[in-house]
Amino acid sequence: MGKTLAEKIWEDHIVRSAAGEPDLLYIDLQLIHEVTSAQAFDGLRLAGRQVRRPDLTIATEDHNTPTIDILKPIADPVSKLQIDTLRNNAKEFGIRIHSLGDADQGVVHVVGPQLGITQPGMTIVCGDSHTSTHGAFGAIAFGIGTSEVEHVLATQTLPSSRPKTMAINVEGTLKTGVTAKDIILAIIAQIGTGGGQGYIIEYRGSAIRELSMEGRMTVCNMSIEAGARAGLIAPDQKTFDYIKGKPHAPEDFAAAQSYWETLFTDADAKFDVEITLNADELEPFVTWGTNPGQGLPLNASVPNPAEIKDSEERGAAERALQYMGLEAGTPLKKIAIDTVFLGSCTNGRIEDLRAAASVLEGKKIAPKLRMLVVPGSERVRQQAMKEGLDKVFIDAGAEWRNAGCSMCLGMNPDQLAVGERSASTSNRNFEGRQGKGGRTHLVSPLVAAATAIRGTLSSPADL
Amino acid sequence: MEKFIKHTGSGVPLRRSNVDTDQIIPAVYLKRVTRNGFEDGLFSAWRSDPEFVLNKEEFKSGTVLVAGPEFGTGSSREHAVWALQNYGFKAVISSRFADIFRGNSLKGGLLTVILPQEAVEALWVAIESNPATAITVDLETRTVTYNDVTVAFELDDYTRWRLMEGLDDIGLTLKHTDSIDAFEAKRPSYKPKTLPIRV
Ligand code: SF4
Repeated sequence: MGKTLAEKIWEDHIVRSAAGEPDLLYIDLQLIHEVTSAQAFDGLRLAGRQVRRPDLTIATEDHNTPTIDILKPIADPVSKLQIDTLRNNAKEFGIRIHSLGDADQGVVHVVGPQLGITQPGMTIVCGDSHTSTHGAFGAIAFGIGTSEVEHVLATQTLPSSRPKTMAINVEGTLKTGVTAKDIILAIIAQIGTGGGQGYIIEYRGSAIRELSMEGRMTVCNMSIEAGARAGLIAPDQKTFDYIKGKPHAPEDFAAAQSYWETLFTDADAKFDVEITLNADELEPFVTWGTNPGQGLPLNASVPNPAEIKDSEERGAAERALQYMGLEAGTPLKKIAIDTVFLGSCTNGRIEDLRAAASVLEGKKIAPKLRMLVVPGSERVRQQAMKEGLDKVFIDAGAEWRNAGCSMCLGMNPDQLAVGERSASTSNRNFEGRQGKGGRTHLVSPLVAAATAIRGTLSSPADL
Repeated sequence: MEKFIKHTGSGVPLRRSNVDTDQIIPAVYLKRVTRNGFEDGLFSAWRSDPEFVLNKEEFKSGTVLVAGPEFGTGSSREHAVWALQNYGFKAVISSRFADIFRGNSLKGGLLTVILPQEAVEALWVAIESNPATAITVDLETRTVTYNDVTVAFELDDYTRWRLMEGLDDIGLTLKHTDSIDAFEAKRPSYKPKTLPIRV
């Protein structure tokens, strides 16, 4: 019997396997950032251990960095401590680091692909659950905890039990205005936040093939919101073209590509589970609740919890509506928004900025609304400025910031106030995620831009 | 890591599903660079509510958290495990855990026990009617016992052995350095490296 893509990559990385034990998996690349690494380096130091492969490790600063005045000393003393700790650790252990102000600083999952060090057939880890983003290149990429970060630093391997495989086939053609973000929000609404638990998801089908590499990254990015260990997409010519010319593209490109071309699911392979979605029917999607599975097409209304059969889900919906300050039956398009956040590793790449700018061009954002545009990396920021996108945003009344995670997780000063409501292109709408008491609606960049103009959840078609 | 063989303590009923790691410990509390002191951030948003279960006198000394399904979804932050441990929890019982959280907990010696949802419901009822109910989580027999009820749970032999011996994963892997060396010797040269830096 044939093998799935995930099985092929997995098997190519087994250092050791023994009955009754997890496989010992070789890790091709570890990405590091300031929030989940300090304790790992500390552990190494205490045990007198070294980093086995500094040349397969790269660090950047993103989660807790300011997005304004980046060259001034960091005002928050604890943030400063974390950043300083990372810089010292990188120096001590000989790890490459891209610090604030550096051309390659940015959200860790934007940085890997833009450097060309994210490639097909790799195993990639990072102390961040959205590592699944890199799966868009046909890699097994997953988030790990700090103890595992330490484990990979010390051994370049990770004991891991083999996940099951799931195929999600998205067949058909997306309507204008429907994006990769809408695909993944619709998938999560369908399978639930635990639907992918224990699986590596392979996204397949004509609608996935049609997506750009950046769109594929958006889809894979939110695999974790469906509970999956990882998500991936078989590499194709688009993938190869994207990597070509990047700083760390293979020198012997032909040799690499001939391996990459073997990375697909065999016709006779079997997935543990298969799900199919019709792309023709998809609409712009938004979330109404406090987990990413609580989403609906933008034309729908806030659901009535009383109509939900499952008692757990009903309770969760009731609590969500209360937290979100929403009435059942309210059309989603009537929901007024205070803040629009465009950015994050889900939707902070150049195509996302272009999409939003195309809607905002020559228009103004609604009075009293604030819009934050935070590029995913410094390179994305530079590119956007070259194209004049910064002017479009600024002229529309938005704030143009430096790169980082920013309001995606509300760790730095970019936060929502209590009761403030956002439309956000990020990936998590948990209670308090963007600031204590803040209310988040997850949206695509197109919906974010249209919402900024109208002041209520909207799509470009409503303008 | 401390050995985990058996733990007996009282329970804390957390009747919520989908408790994500942002609820367990919000990002603003992640700024420490050590592994301790995270207890003040545990469930911080909910703890401002006097009715929240951890604020109730009768549950203050609980060491076994009994939570709803999909516990620990979201961010990979291991701080969530540390916060629970720093606060004093030794075990968490739920019918479903998110993968990364479960991995983190079992690596760090916080035992996450999966029981069927009916068993969790029954345990909630028992704790709520008598908060002093002693709950024993026994790794040797892979059972949870309270009053006259005993429920079995599954945990793979390898993880169980590691927890019972209190073994450090890194030390275990380093015993296989030869296999790692051999694997590396065969890695194709086109695989990317971060150093030297190319621009
Ligand atoms: S942008 Fe958000 S989701 Fe992505 S790495 Fe940063 S905090 Fe995590």
